Amino acid sequence: MSSGAAIAALLRKELLLERRVPQVIPGMALFSVVTYVVFRFGLDRTSVEGSLAAGVLWVTLLFAAMLGANRLYVTDHEEGGFDGFLLAPVDRTTLFVAKALAFGLFLVLVEIVAVPAFAVLLLGPGLGAAEVGRLAAVLALADVGIAVIGTLVGALAIQTRARDLILPLIALPMLVPVIISAAKATAPVLAASGAGGLPGRWIALLCLYDLVFGLLAYAVFDFLLED
Amino acid sequence: MYGTRLRLLSTLTAAVLITAYALAAFTAPLDADQGFSQKIFYVHVPMAIVALCGFVFGGIMAIQHLRTRDPSYDLKSYVAIHLSVVLGVGVLLTGGIWARAAWGVWFEWREPTLVSFLIVFLLYCTYQPLRFSIEDPDRQARYASVFAITAGAFVPLNFLAVRLAQPYIHPRVLNDTGGALPTGMKIPFYLALVGMALLFVTLWKYEMAHKHSRAQLRALRRKLGGEAAGAGRTAAPQVHAP
Amino acid sequence: MAATPAIELAGLTRRYGERVALDELTLTLEEGRTLVVFGPNGAGKTTLLRVLATLLRPHAGTARILGRDIPQESWAVRGKIGLLTHEPLLYRDLSARDNLRFHARLHGIGLDRIEELLDAVRLPGRADDPLHAYSRGMVQRVAVCRAVLHDPPLLLLDEPRANLDPAAAELVEPLIGAASGRTRVLTSHDPAGGLAEADLALGLRGGRTALLAGAAEVDAAAIGALYADAPPPARTAGTARTGARP
Repeated sequence: MSSGAAIAALLRKELLLERRVPQVIPGMALFSVVTYVVFRFGLDRTSVEGSLAAGVLWVTLLFAAMLGANRLYVTDHEEGGFDGFLLAPVDRTTLFVAKALAFGLFLVLVEIVAVPAFAVLLLGPGLGAAEVGRLAAVLALADVGIAVIGTLVGALAIQTRARDLILPLIALPMLVPVIISAAKATAPVLAASGAGGLPGRWIALLCLYDLVFGLLAYAVFDFLLED
Repeated sequence: MYGTRLRLLSTLTAAVLITAYALAAFTAPLDADQGFSQKIFYVHVPMAIVALCGFVFGGIMAIQHLRTRDPSYDLKSYVAIHLSVVLGVGVLLTGGIWARAAWGVWFEWREPTLVSFLIVFLLYCTYQPLRFSIEDPDRQARYASVFAITAGAFVPLNFLAVRLAQPYIHPRVLNDTGGALPTGMKIPFYLALVGMALLFVTLWKYEMAHKHSRAQLRALRRKLGGEAAGAGRTAAPQVHAP
Repeated sequence: MAATPAIELAGLTRRYGERVALDELTLTLEEGRTLVVFGPNGAGKTTLLRVLATLLRPHAGTARILGRDIPQESWAVRGKIGLLTHEPLLYRDLSARDNLRFHARLHGIGLDRIEELLDAVRLPGRADDPLHAYSRGMVQRVAVCRAVLHDPPLLLLDEPRANLDPAAAELVEPLIGAASGRTRVLTSHDPAGGLAEADLALGLRGGRTALLAGAAEVDAAAIGALYADAPPPARTAGTARTGARP
C-alpha cells in the first residue's frame, strides 16, 4: 500500500465528511465575519487600512483557524477513526499529511469568503489585481504554517481533557512568528498609499517557519498516535 | 544516584554567586546613564540565558525519551522545564523592574529579547496543564515530550522573528553578547552567568533526587503491604523505583 | 493443519500507570483455533485485545502474533488483523458504503468485496444512508463487514454478538464464526455459549490469569466462579480508579 494512495483515501474521507455534514468551513467563515463586526465596534472604526487592517485580518483568520483545528480530530477521536486507521497497513505519518492538506484546504476555502468580506466590510483602500496577488501569496505561505501547527497541536490536544483550552494556549504563541511575518508583509499591501512591494525578509521567514515546523511535525507526529 | 555530592555542589554554587554579586555590587563600574539600577542586569540576563538553555535542554531530553522510551529522560525533561518556568517568572519580574528604572515603563515592547522571552514563557506555561490533562501516564510522558521538542525548536525561531520585527534599534543598554561590555562589568557578568548555571544544575539535581527518593519510599510502603498513598492524578512523571 | 502458533504470549504485561491491567499472561494459540476470554469488567479483556491488535504496546514480556514480534514488527502484522470492539470504528455521518470504501482504500483492496459483504449481512438497501440513522444492530453488522473486509487471518472480537438479535447473529456467523476458518480471540460473558465456541478458555481476574485450559476440561461453573466474588485487588497500591480504562 503506497503512502500516496493512503493519503488520497484519508483526504477523500475528510472532504466527504465535511460535505455530508458541513461544520468546519461554514463555522470558520461565519466566525470571521462576526469578528469583523466585533472589531468594527471594538475599535470604533468604520474602516481600517495599513498595519491596523493587516492586524484585524490576521487576528481574525488566526482565531478562526483555532476553531477549525479544534474540530479537526473530533470525529476520529469520538468515533474510533484513530483505531480504524492504526489497524491499516499504512505509514502513520500519512495521517499527518492528509490532515494538514485537508486543514490547509479548509483555510483556503474560508479565506475565499473571509478576505473579500473583509475588503467589503472594513478595508478602506480598495484592492487591485496586484494587491490581491500579493495578498494571496502571503496567505498561502501563512496557511502552510497554520495548517502544520494546527494539525500537530490539534492531535496533541485531542487526547487531553481540556482540548479547547490547550489547543489555543499552545498554538497561538507558536504562531506568533507567522503573525509577525504575515502582518508585516501585508501591511503595505493594505495601505492607503497604494501597494508597496512584498518585503522579502518576511516571505523568507514564513518559508523558514513552514520548512522547520513542517519537518519537525512530520518527525514527531508518529509519537502522538501510538499507545 | 542523584543525591550524591549535592553538598559540594551547593557550596560551590553559593560561593560563585556570592562572589559574582559582591563584585557586581562593589567593583563593577556604574553605568553612565542608569547608575545603580543597572546592577539588576547581573541577575536578569544570566537568569534569562539559563532559563532558555533549560528549555532547550528539556527538548533534548525529550528527544532522548522518545528515542529510548526510558521514562527517566521524561523526568529529566520535566524537571528542567519546570525549573526554567520558575526562573522565567524571575526574568520577567527583574526585567520589569529594570525597564521601570531605565525607561519608566514596566514592559518595553520595543525590546525584542524581552518580548521573545515573554512569548516563549507563555508557551511553556501550558506545559504543566497539558501534562495534567492527560491521565494515562505513558501517553502523558510521550505527549509532553512532543511538546518539549516542538517548543524547544520554537525558541530560536521565535527570537529570530521578533528580532527581525525591530528594524530600528532601541538604545540597547543590555548587550547580551557581552562583546561591548567594559572589562569591569565582564568579569562579574560571566561569573554571575556561571553561578546561575550552577544554581540551575543544583536545583535540578535536588529535584531529581527528591523525585527518586519519593518513588523509593512509595515502593517500600508497597512492599510493607500498607495502602501506599495512591499516586492520584498528577502532572509529574512517575518513576518506578526498583 | 500444521500446528503453527498464531499467537504466542510470554509474560505479557501492560500497565496503566501503576495499575497492572494485564499481569504476566502466557499462552499459545494455534492457527485456526478459537480462544475465548472470560472475566468481569475491568479484568483486562479489552486490554488484551488491544495489545493483540498492536494498538497498545506491551510493557513487559513478549508477544508473537502471526509469527511476528510485537511491537518491533507490528507493521508486518497490521492489515492481517480484524478487530471488532464495542465501538464500531465507523464514522457516524458517513454511509455504510462510504465507510467501507474508506477502509478498503486504506487496506488497498478492491471495492467489489464491499458489495459482497453488504449482501452477506443483508444491508444493500440501506447502505447509502448515514450510520446515525441505523439501529445498533445494523451498525454492528457494518462493523463486522469492516472487521473482515481485508479477509484477515486473525480475528479479535469483543463480545461480537452483544448488539445482534438471533437472526443477525446467524447472518454474521459465516464471517466471524468458527466456520470462517480464521484464528479467533473473543471475549464473552456467557459461560455456556462461550465454551461451546472455544478451543481454549482463558479466565482473567484483575489482570491475572485465573484459568487457562482446553475448553473440554472446563465446565461452565468454573467460568461462573470468575464472576462470583469481588475480584482480588490489582497488584499495586490502591490506585485502581473507577472510570479508568478497563
